Amino acid sequence: MTLLRTLLSGRTTRLAFVAACAVLLVALFAPLLSSWDPDDIDLSQKLQAPSREHLLGTDHLGRDVLARLLHGARASLGSVAVIVAAILLLSLSVGSVAGYAGGMVDAFLMRLCDTFLTFPTFILAMFLIGILGAGMTNVILAIVCTHWAWYARIIRGLVLSLKTREHVLAARVAGTGQFRLVMRHILPGVFPQILVLATLDIGHMMLHVSGLSFLGLGVQPPTAEWGVMINDARQYIWTQPQLLFYPGLAIFVTVMAFNLLGDGLRDALDPVGETGGWGK
Amino acid sequence: MAYLRLSQIPPTEEALVEARHMLGLDRSFPVQYFTWLGKALRLDFGRSYVTGKPVLDEILYYLPATLLLTGVSLLLTLVVSVPLGVLAALYKDRIPDQLTRAFAFFGVSIPSFWLGFLLVYLFSVRLGWLPALGRGGAAHMILPAITLSLMSISINIRFFRASVLENLHHRFVLYARARGVPERRVVGRHIFRNSLIPIVTAVGMHLGELFGGSVVVENVFAWPGVGRYAVTSIFNRDYPVLQCFLLLMTGIFVLCNLGVDVLYAWLDPRIRFGGEEQP
Repeated sequence: MTLLRTLLSGRTTRLAFVAACAVLLVALFAPLLSSWDPDDIDLSQKLQAPSREHLLGTDHLGRDVLARLLHGARASLGSVAVIVAAILLLSLSVGSVAGYAGGMVDAFLMRLCDTFLTFPTFILAMFLIGILGAGMTNVILAIVCTHWAWYARIIRGLVLSLKTREHVLAARVAGTGQFRLVMRHILPGVFPQILVLATLDIGHMMLHVSGLSFLGLGVQPPTAEWGVMINDARQYIWTQPQLLFYPGLAIFVTVMAFNLLGDGLRDALDPVGETGGWGK
Repeated sequence: MAYLRLSQIPPTEEALVEARHMLGLDRSFPVQYFTWLGKALRLDFGRSYVTGKPVLDEILYYLPATLLLTGVSLLLTLVVSVPLGVLAALYKDRIPDQLTRAFAFFGVSIPSFWLGFLLVYLFSVRLGWLPALGRGGAAHMILPAITLSLMSISINIRFFRASVLENLHHRFVLYARARGVPERRVVGRHIFRNSLIPIVTAVGMHLGELFGGSVVVENVFAWPGVGRYAVTSIFNRDYPVLQCFLLLMTGIFVLCNLGVDVLYAWLDPRIRFGGEEQP
């Protein structure tokens, strides 16, 4: 609770927190917020200007833009939530085993990480989707594949430095089992820093997901997703530029909120500010 | 085969078997992999499933456009982010710093494909100053390069600011000031040169980001580069092209980072001689 209070003491961070929560709520309650079905095609109503009925107008297939925007929050937040959870699970296990075990296991796992780190992330993600086929599941898989190694390496470093701390040594002397030692005495020290890193990365991953969807490799139309909406609207840049404007703004605001939140979280947890972030 | 695909005639059983045999897909995975690897080592990446031409030739045809775009963007990144980063660090917590940091925050949060369309809308559709799509003279370069580099600029500003701040309070800076070295020289020689070192590494890493970003930007601006070609190949299931694309981009990325490491040693004699850092 004190953490939350420190976090919310800054004005910008408070704003970012509110924005992030708002997007989260929109994602959860999207169907309740708009009476229109985001996939409901009505060609007689296509490319309508904003009106009472359609607050932000309709797109080229006569679908309500507002409803699609609201439902788009689900695709973005949902996919990123799965991605972050999977990355944390994978990297925490690999990183802590490598850091704790040391020796051959460590060397093997770290070379494995190095292999993944050699590739430019977006290009590798694109390649994987090219092989596996387009679609949300494969986008999630590809982004997890390209990002987990960064985390695993950082976690290994943290575990390595925590392993020799006195409280861990004391617990070991007291006869704590290895599994319990890692879970109870080492990982709690790792977690805050990884939380900061993950929050700072959420925006970055969202940009990857929507970027891939924009290219037609991610979420498949007709599903409402912000990147897909921009791709759908690109041919109307001369006549209906507002169709391009809204989904981009939605991505921008959401990504910005999470970036600011991550920054605030880092300042709150680590006032010296040495954890870095945005570094790729 | 391309004709059959285009006209959507369902292939016969014999045609399938024949095509599989021709492409070597009827052999086991390890055999296929080592055949590919052996050929790739001799720079033979096979032929495109769609055009039937050697993949490497096709990719090399598109590569210059991508290298031009990423090169100009890298240059733009350095030209903009280095001075802004220094400025932000020297005026920490004052107006220049706050403005630069706000700019950097915008830059990392804006999706490049959206920024691209906003710029096209403003400068091509509305003002009609710059061409919207395609490749041509220098004017065609402006919007794609800005779009591609904004993300790197923003990340680098922050990185550079932190790097300068770290060097600001070193003892050798204090000592230089104490012995009356002019402020310009202190900033230029003592702070700036030392801050360069981490930046060089960051730039090497950013190249990967720029390559990835160029795929998106090329698609926004119809820029005829490898990224756009690779996306088309994904839709055509043209796997040899994809394999060659990944290998080539990674190869360039790795080579550039090797170059960075060499540059690093040149910039910092401490690394060249393997000595310990003096506080």
